[in-house]
Amino acid sequence: MRKSLLAAVAVFPMIGVASAQEAPTQTLRIALREDPDLLDPTLARTVMGRIVFAGLCDKLFDIDEKLNIVPQLATGYDWTDGRTLILHLRDGVLFHDGTKMDAASVKYSLERHIATPGSARRAEVDAIDQIAVVDPLTVKLTLKSPNSPLVAQLTDRAGMIVSQKAAEAAGKDFALKPVCAGPFKFAERVAQDRIVLDRFPEYWDAKNIHFARVIYQPITNTATRLANLQAGAIDLTEQVVPSDLEAVRKNPKLKIVESSGLGYQSVTWNTSHGPRAQSPVGQNAMVRKAFELSIDREAAIQVVYAGVYTPTAQAVAASSPYYSPGVKVPARDVAKAKELLKQAGVKLPVTFTMMTPTNSDTMQLAEVMQAMSAEAGFDMKIQATEFASSLDTADRGDFEGYVVAWSGRVDPDGNLFNFVHSTGPLNYGRYANPEVDQWLAQARIETAVPARQALYAKVAAKVAEDQPLMYIYDPKNIVGMSVKVSGFKAVPDGLIRLQGVTKAP
Amino acid sequence: MGGFLGRRLALVLPTLLLVSILVFGLQQLMPGDPALALAGEERDPLVLAQIRTELMLDRPLAVQYAHWIGRVVQGDLGVSWRIRMPVARLIGEKLPVTAQLGFMAFVIALGIGIPAGIVSAVNRNGFLDYAANIVGLAGLSTPNFWLGIMLILLISVNLGWLPPSGYVSLAEDWRQSLATTIMPAFVLGNAIAAILMRHTRSAMLTAMDQDYVRTARAKGLREWRVVIRHAFRNALVPVVTLGALELGTLLSGAVLTEQVFSIPGFGKLIVDAVFNRDYPVVQGVVLVTATIYVGLNLLADVLYVLINPRLRVA
Repeated sequence: MRKSLLAAVAVFPMIGVASAQEAPTQTLRIALREDPDLLDPTLARTVMGRIVFAGLCDKLFDIDEKLNIVPQLATGYDWTDGRTLILHLRDGVLFHDGTKMDAASVKYSLERHIATPGSARRAEVDAIDQIAVVDPLTVKLTLKSPNSPLVAQLTDRAGMIVSQKAAEAAGKDFALKPVCAGPFKFAERVAQDRIVLDRFPEYWDAKNIHFARVIYQPITNTATRLANLQAGAIDLTEQVVPSDLEAVRKNPKLKIVESSGLGYQSVTWNTSHGPRAQSPVGQNAMVRKAFELSIDREAAIQVVYAGVYTPTAQAVAASSPYYSPGVKVPARDVAKAKELLKQAGVKLPVTFTMMTPTNSDTMQLAEVMQAMSAEAGFDMKIQATEFASSLDTADRGDFEGYVVAWSGRVDPDGNLFNFVHSTGPLNYGRYANPEVDQWLAQARIETAVPARQALYAKVAAKVAEDQPLMYIYDPKNIVGMSVKVSGFKAVPDGLIRLQGVTKAP
Repeated sequence: MGGFLGRRLALVLPTLLLVSILVFGLQQLMPGDPALALAGEERDPLVLAQIRTELMLDRPLAVQYAHWIGRVVQGDLGVSWRIRMPVARLIGEKLPVTAQLGFMAFVIALGIGIPAGIVSAVNRNGFLDYAANIVGLAGLSTPNFWLGIMLILLISVNLGWLPPSGYVSLAEDWRQSLATTIMPAFVLGNAIAAILMRHTRSAMLTAMDQDYVRTARAKGLREWRVVIRHAFRNALVPVVTLGALELGTLLSGAVLTEQVFSIPGFGKLIVDAVFNRDYPVVQGVVLVTATIYVGLNLLADVLYVLINPRLRVA
């Protein structure tokens, strides 16, 4: 009796809340810097797509502002041993087509990531050997070998669960009508113009969603994007460019929410990939170190990025618990740079070519580096190359230096392994150091945070010494929005989460 | 007329076939591997191989071409590699947008260029002639993207009169549709207006010196009648040729203007497709554009004959 009374008391206020909260009617307009690619979590490849997915597809886990892994479709996980991961799922979650999200859907979605030809997720979940449904709300993953970055992978597209019924019915066309378990359901897409999502009333966390509709509009031109924000035609834009920051700050109708990102900007050196590696910069770490010492990162950032970004000398972002405080950004020291070049015994000036994608900011950055390094005895030639071509050129090893950025991943493995491990597919310069290889492999197996921190600290120190890459800065996520918008939480991954966001009428 | 049209039509098909081979061949010369561009940031080598197989990139060029053209003649332009939408659907969505933009730009260009050309010819070396020339030269030398951004800042951001970018279709809401397209149409039309103005002016000057104009004046006709009915009609032939050629400029100008105003039209479609190495879209768009271009030139030829009876020989 007492129990049921308590239950009744507990239920009543909830009913009150539910009826007091009317269905939202507002629309939120979000500008993106380019049109996303396929809206299928298995095949999607662009950062812009991830922003749309934040409204469309919930993931097993999410990350918070401090990069902690927090529950979303899964309520928790346990490692029973290094090779067995148990996932506990949230009860009562529905997909947009009304079917139930359960252990079978998780198994289906993960297997889809693994088996679909052309899957962009395959490498992310490659560690999984077997997926077993223990009960409707429990999934057991058996791994080929211990792999601690896996849970972090499940906080992104690899952790998005799709409706089996809808995916099987749509087949190859799933990207044209995606069905997930996120706060909004897919309504319409006009390529290069808009992606429209409508509120999903049965969303498990519906009380935190305050818009009836979200419209994502790709606006590629930065000036036009800013003008739209200023004119009130959009409510929020991802990534205001640093040069526009001042204009937004001065405008009383607009505000900026900044957060440090997960990625980096770098110069990748060709140390051992083909004949182009046979240059002084490729062959001698001392020469690369001299180049680094000739560059004033702070000043370069001031000139090109209005001083907004943070100088760095390592792959892991400062927002991560795996950042190594021991690896500091060296101050500019032209005398020492000259000294190193003398020690290296190279012919002056040291001539080399820097391949640079054609974005105006990257080109400016290269020009600043060109001017600074000239003072130390470098003759850096800039080879401007359109981005898609530059990737191809880098892949073939046809470069000496390459200015290339990485958008960043939650787990440090995602910023390091593919780039500095000798087998990494994005290791353009074919840098190989057996110690680094071993530490990186070990950090994948290790699950304890302090042990992994120690390993990544060693990697960061060694890479700073060998200089296969010169890390320049950590970019920031700079989200511009109308002052009417509130409740936006900036998370380092730069996604626009809609939970808790409201707009004053 | 029938024979003339027949001969012109017979040339269309080989022209388009040549275009299809050229497009296909040229984009193979484009640097960059489409599989790499499509594979995104993390390029899993296994997945790269799967993409190459799926898109037939590992097959000889001739096989790829035969496969593509074989489908094209059946009316299937293929599917976008990047977003998996049928190319025909994309073109069907975008073509009306650019057509509307182009039509409005052309109307603006004609509306400004022809009257300005007539006025400046009639007032030869007078104040109006110099004024029109200066404005025309300014229009010709202003880059589209700069003018576009300036207009957005002035009219949308400062005055708040028009939406800064985007597109609403005529069917959805014609007022909004005009509001979203008038600025880009003006930007696009203004350069063509300048060219049309200068050509109309010189054609009019030539016509005004002709004997029949003197005769018309001698008959005591009113000046505006002389200018419009006698001089202008004869000045129109070179202007029509130019107009048809400028329609091509319109299409290429749309590429820039659509970027600035974020209009989801043909120009934006092809630019994005080139950067993303989305070959089926590039091929489809170029083929359709070529067809339109060939069609417009055919139309111009027919128009000459209608305007100038002396050309009706066949």
